[in-house]
Amino acid sequence: MKNNFVNDVTDSDYKYGFVTDVETEVIPKGLNEDIVRLISEKKGEPDWLLEYRLKAFKHWTTLEMPEWAHLSIPPINYQDIYYYAAPKTKESPKSLDEVDPELIKTFNKLGIPLEEQKSLAGVAVDAVMDSVSVKTTYKENLAELGIIFCSFNEAVKNYPDLVRQYLGSVVPYTDNFFAALNAAVFSDGSFVYIPKGVRCPMELSTYFRINAANTGQFERTLIVADDDSYVSYLEGCTAPMRDENQLHAAIVELVVLDRAEIKYSTVQNWYPGDKEGKGGIYNFVTKRAICKGDHSKVSWTQVETGSAITWKYPSCILLGDNSVGEFYSVAVTNNYQQADTGTKMIHLGKNTKSHIVSKGISAGYSQNSYRGLVRVAKKAEGARNFSQCDSLLLGDKCGAHTFPYMDINNDSAVVEHEATTSKISEDQIFYCNQRGISTEDAIGLIVNGYAKEVINKLPMEFAVEAQKLLQISLEGSVG
Amino acid sequence: MLLKLKNCCKFRWRVVSDNNLEYRYMLSIKNLHASVNGKEILRGINLEINPGEVHAIMGPNGSGKSTLSSVLAGNPAFTVTEGEVLFNGKDLLALSPEARSCEGLFLSFQYPVEIPGVSMVNFMRAAVNEHRKYNGLPPMSASDFLKMMRDKKEVVELDNKLANRSVNEGFSGGEKKRNEIFQMAVLEPKLSILDETDSGLDIDALRIVASGVNKLKSKDNASIVITHYQRLLDYIVPDFVHVLYKGKIVKSAGKELALELEERGYDWIKKELGENF
Repeated sequence: MKNNFVNDVTDSDYKYGFVTDVETEVIPKGLNEDIVRLISEKKGEPDWLLEYRLKAFKHWTTLEMPEWAHLSIPPINYQDIYYYAAPKTKESPKSLDEVDPELIKTFNKLGIPLEEQKSLAGVAVDAVMDSVSVKTTYKENLAELGIIFCSFNEAVKNYPDLVRQYLGSVVPYTDNFFAALNAAVFSDGSFVYIPKGVRCPMELSTYFRINAANTGQFERTLIVADDDSYVSYLEGCTAPMRDENQLHAAIVELVVLDRAEIKYSTVQNWYPGDKEGKGGIYNFVTKRAICKGDHSKVSWTQVETGSAITWKYPSCILLGDNSVGEFYSVAVTNNYQQADTGTKMIHLGKNTKSHIVSKGISAGYSQNSYRGLVRVAKKAEGARNFSQCDSLLLGDKCGAHTFPYMDINNDSAVVEHEATTSKISEDQIFYCNQRGISTEDAIGLIVNGYAKEVINKLPMEFAVEAQKLLQISLEGSVG
Repeated sequence: MLLKLKNCCKFRWRVVSDNNLEYRYMLSIKNLHASVNGKEILRGINLEINPGEVHAIMGPNGSGKSTLSSVLAGNPAFTVTEGEVLFNGKDLLALSPEARSCEGLFLSFQYPVEIPGVSMVNFMRAAVNEHRKYNGLPPMSASDFLKMMRDKKEVVELDNKLANRSVNEGFSGGEKKRNEIFQMAVLEPKLSILDETDSGLDIDALRIVASGVNKLKSKDNASIVITHYQRLLDYIVPDFVHVLYKGKIVKSAGKELALELEERGYDWIKKELGENF
């Protein structure tokens, strides 16, 4: 019995690595203006959006991939990627009956049932596979409160004014190399609008799945929380196990107006590659929130266990007076995974506050870096920041690095930074063993204890999943 | 059906099963050799322990006392090079450290490690449920578990704050040792090895720890008490005292041996053994 349990854990390397056998429509490989036009045409987009894409593409061609990160990234051939892949199914199916049963099966297998009666209580899901949204649940119930929760593509058609007003307002296509690339070729994603004074009664979530081979996923998420509203949003991601690397370059934009609050949580479990570092997703994402309104608040919580390379900095622009930005992160790297992640807190308004808690866990031969910027502008009177960056090492072949940047231009600012580095020792493991706890479970206990502060910020249902995920990700990393 | 026989100075359980009759010890160590980093520390240990017995192991520094407890508990830092250990009839050396624990072997560490971030409640719940799983039992309900924690804390007079503190983190030397005995109370082992549990304890803490150990004593369990000092044995009275020297048990006798060692030290034993031992 005991042995079976150990085997169960040991065999469960990456349980989302399967491929769905579904007919997929792809457009030719490579990237040029025609491809951009073709994607736009596939989506049936208005001219203004096509123009936006073309401007972004033109800008992208003038850029070079940045190299400042503490990452070793093999050259990426952008002409060798499919920029659009869609499971062949009716576009925006009216009911679940119109969705390909293979797709429903896939999401069931991933633990994301698309039948509303079977889903997690109080969680509405937008399921995205490759370049399209498969199904959004609870849309009608939410609409009764005036909440818009739909795929990005539908939003462009049904709420063009809102999309046009906010698209690129937080992350302009000129922001960086991958932002320009995404703006040119983005396919689908989620759109959320919470009207004034509405507290969204359920968790909203998007589940991203890459299925097709040699395909990049370039989705966009845009969430607008109007005055005095609140929403908690969660994204999850998985991909099949493939030998080649796949690119995921998404953009997430959050707009928070007066006294509104967005809580954005990520459980990222893209395929991390095999034990020798072959394959895996390149996760190069730009995530940014703007606290436009006074007393507005954004909270980013991320649990990053997947991807061969993770490169992202969910950030907050604290423009409104008394606005608050929070960043809670657990980033796990094992085997040959690499992560360079952190946040930027840009204090512009008066009495703005930010709180950063970053917990890095490195094992195997992996490299794990925290990079964070705290900037206090000249006029940001009374700004307050607290940063805590902890690193936990398993074994002696991995690396943990911390790059905190501070740019303080106002004397009234109070900025604090704390950092620790620790190691799981063999003595700790043996102590647990002696009490009957297996090595894998001991690592799970210790790592979850270390990451507790961040895990506790996740919505409850996902906190349990995240705990299990941490343990599985560190499989075989000690001993 | 069980029969108790008195045979010389050793007690043995005679186990009568359906059709075969055999003598069985709780723990039987035969010719145990072990080394660390290629250096042989244990050089042929023989020891038999029956339920209900308390065995004290004494000996000069570096004689292998802590190595013996580490090897029995399965610490991977040590390599067994020869010998056999049977624990309730099972080949102990073939079991993983966690299986040994679940079989009822408990080690009270000389230096309990700190595990930051892991609360005592979570740690002990994981341990208890692993033991239950091993024995084919379902996990304990949260309320039953917390009630048990409350009851067992009284054994070593630990305060209520303990449950929410991280394992041994920031504990004083005395608290760490009391915490070891508390865990022993929760896990109810068949055989406990107390590795210098008295070291670093003031006289009050020593009394609390020893009385905790005595409360847990029964006719069905046994202990090995490793110590340098007679002091602990005033409280935990041993049935046998063994002297370990250069990796071997060189003398075994009743509790009076400890008093003699306290008085005379080890030199007379070394002399008895001769220079070439």
